[in-house]
Amino acid sequence: MPTLTPRRARRFLPRPALACAAVLAVGVALIPLVYLGIRVGQAGWGRIADELFTARTGDLAGRSVALAGVVTAACTVLGVAAAFLVTRTDLPARRVFGVLAALPLAVPSYVAAFAWVSLAQGFEGFWAAALVLTLVSYPYVYLPVAAALVGVDPAQEEVARSLGRGPWQTAVGVTLRQVRPAVAAGALLVALYVLSDFGAVSILRVDVFTRAVFTAINLGFDRTGALVLATVLVALSALVLLAEQLSRRRAARYARLGGGAPRPPTRLRLGRLRWPAVLGLAGVLGAALGVPAVSLVRWFGEGVSRPGSLGELADAAGNSLGVALLGTVLTVVLALPVGLLSARVPGLLAVALDRLAYLSHALPGLVIGLSLVFFGINVAYPLYQSVWLLALAYAALFLPLAVAAVSAAAAQAPPGLEEVARSLGRRRAYVLRTVTLPLAAPGIGAGAALVFLTCMKELPATLLLRPTGMNTLATGLWTHTSVAAYAAAAPYAALLVLIAAMPTWWLSARTGVLTRTGG
Amino acid sequence: MAELRITDVRKAYDRIQALSGVDLTVRSGTLVAVLGPSGAGKTTLLRCIAGFETPDAGEIRIDGRRVATRGASVPPERRRIAVVPQEGALFPHLSVLGNVTYGLGRSARRAGRAATVLELVGLAGFEGRMPHHLSGGQQQRVAVARALAPHPPVVLLDEPFNALDAALRAELRRDVRQALRADGATAVLVTHDQAEALSVAEEIAVMRDGRIVQSGPPELLYREPADPWVAGFVGEAVWLPATADGDRAHTPLGTIRLTPVEGRLPTGPMRVLLRPEQITLAPPGDPDAIAATVVRRDFYGHDAMLVLRLTDGTHVTARIFDPAALPPAADDEVALRVRGTARMFPPSARPGATPSHP
Repeated sequence: MPTLTPRRARRFLPRPALACAAVLAVGVALIPLVYLGIRVGQAGWGRIADELFTARTGDLAGRSVALAGVVTAACTVLGVAAAFLVTRTDLPARRVFGVLAALPLAVPSYVAAFAWVSLAQGFEGFWAAALVLTLVSYPYVYLPVAAALVGVDPAQEEVARSLGRGPWQTAVGVTLRQVRPAVAAGALLVALYVLSDFGAVSILRVDVFTRAVFTAINLGFDRTGALVLATVLVALSALVLLAEQLSRRRAARYARLGGGAPRPPTRLRLGRLRWPAVLGLAGVLGAALGVPAVSLVRWFGEGVSRPGSLGELADAAGNSLGVALLGTVLTVVLALPVGLLSARVPGLLAVALDRLAYLSHALPGLVIGLSLVFFGINVAYPLYQSVWLLALAYAALFLPLAVAAVSAAAAQAPPGLEEVARSLGRRRAYVLRTVTLPLAAPGIGAGAALVFLTCMKELPATLLLRPTGMNTLATGLWTHTSVAAYAAAAPYAALLVLIAAMPTWWLSARTGVLTRTGG
Repeated sequence: MAELRITDVRKAYDRIQALSGVDLTVRSGTLVAVLGPSGAGKTTLLRCIAGFETPDAGEIRIDGRRVATRGASVPPERRRIAVVPQEGALFPHLSVLGNVTYGLGRSARRAGRAATVLELVGLAGFEGRMPHHLSGGQQQRVAVARALAPHPPVVLLDEPFNALDAALRAELRRDVRQALRADGATAVLVTHDQAEALSVAEEIAVMRDGRIVQSGPPELLYREPADPWVAGFVGEAVWLPATADGDRAHTPLGTIRLTPVEGRLPTGPMRVLLRPEQITLAPPGDPDAIAATVVRRDFYGHDAMLVLRLTDGTHVTARIFDPAALPPAADDEVALRVRGTARMFPPSARPGATPSHP
């Protein structure tokens, strides 16, 4: 005989089990951040103030913010324009462009930076870094916006046209407004990515926070100072998150109303702009993909060093795949409760957890790595020097990517289906396993692909946390390039980009830019 | 089979009172339709019964077993109440068989329960199909089969026929009712369509503003609505000013017998309710016939609605069935008579909403 369970508490906290799991997951991802806080706290106020309130700190903060601002603006323009061109216009070869436009995501920022440096002497500084970072991170805007543009209901555009708006007016006033949430989400990722990027800025010698933190660590004597500087990065990221939150308009949710199969989107005729558009897009792709490709080919030919043995390369590739896979699994497992919570029980708790996860995402891999080194030595010694600590670093870094994918995918399994399943006598856990997860699987898979890709490219945390003697493609590449052994580095870079290109291709195919309908 | 008893159930979302004291008893094995306009709280009531929501006050009992009370609730998976949602809500990743067996234990699966219920809804042999290969009506049938499969004592249907076209609806309604009977389940059907409620339910509970305003058999509700609003909601109403005189009333349509009511017979001015089908064309030479002019004619094929102006200027609506002759057209002069009895209401009462012709 079933018993009555008190539900009073549930009014304040619906789905307590899910909420607890989500809190726990974010807690795990926040270990580096919390440990950072503890270490900084130990330094004492006087020390913190000494370190923070200097002209140099202000200078670094200004440059970091400026770089993030410039790159985010450029990525937004480039990402939205590319997405619009391949999904909504009669651009020639738009399906080819559709896939190629996403591929720069597979190029790690340090590979791109090396490629440019080795091609053009004296290529360094703020604007060089802005260019390289824009070229490698605009797909963060391009992918979600392209997916959203494919999904926009053409009926609303048709109504706008029938009310006397021209095609371009409709595109700007109706279509682009509807994908605004996707643009904002992508721009947020870009801003956080730029704040935390280490590879490109250190190669291109831009004095921003990550580089200053690295220098402080590298000099060895000032780890506390490095950690204090890192807190400024956390604060900057928090500001970005806050700004994004404030810019969200209330009830800014756009959806296709009513049932029925969606029609393919309408396409704009470019007319005379056709070839300029092709040239522009080809130019961007040439800079983002062509330059690294040309550089790699040249590196192979440089006679200073010999490529390493095939065995070493295979070993590094295996290690890369292994740790990236482990990191992806851990990240997705942690992301499941958080994403489900924000999809099913939206509210203060879900928003708070989501934002906290982003905060940890904004930490440079360097800081996460450093914090976890200390954590491993002092708190969790059995984990130290194991791939688990590295997986934890990946989870802390990339949790929000997976959370966003899970919560979007959970919307593919409407709550009504779960209710029906429960009314048929099945418990929540069974319903989750048999209804929610199978329906959300494709979306979660896309999130996993993105996390996997990002883990593959991750460098600083991997450098710090890999077990002694273990080489991955990223660390092998770094070791060789830092001593200008380009020929030895080339196979690592090529393999890394090739492997990373596979999930990227899948991600761009998922946006629907490949669909033939209406083309 | 089970009796469902709902006592004073209340539920508010933020400050909006969705249910403000619902009392309803559904006898074992019957089909009750909860009928009300949108926003009346029908779906909230259904969700409270199913266990998707916990009522703020009141209690819900199934066969005497308390499943929900103020702030406490048996989770839906332990209530044995099946739900047929709007638009079916089939699991899109499962075949018809997978959907129907979702709530079944291993022994019931082996006993071929799925085949039995699929046959019951007329879809034998569809086991291997995927939901997106089915028509809307077929999807609803599968949803019904899925709900019936675990032998639930209570089945809840939330406007399950809404998305279907008229002909399909009627057919599916009959089949579903038959399937429910065959299975002996107690059922609650939520709908805003009075024709659906009248035709399918053994009993109707009319809901408005979070309350049940009247419940009873369809005939009773139609003939003796508790107030003018119910009268207008369950069918088309003709309101006539009247003067009561014992068991009769004098109206612009002549003297009409009143529906017997309990208690003292009122006298003086009042209003009476007629249904359009009670007003008919009088045979030639009827001495009691009332003269009228046709103002408008709406022809529906099986019948026609006439808007008529009486000699004193009152407008009435009549539904005319005459397979032999053409119904009169606008400006024709006709003679009318009234069949049956009229229900009386105090004159002050609001005439209430009159839904359009179904």
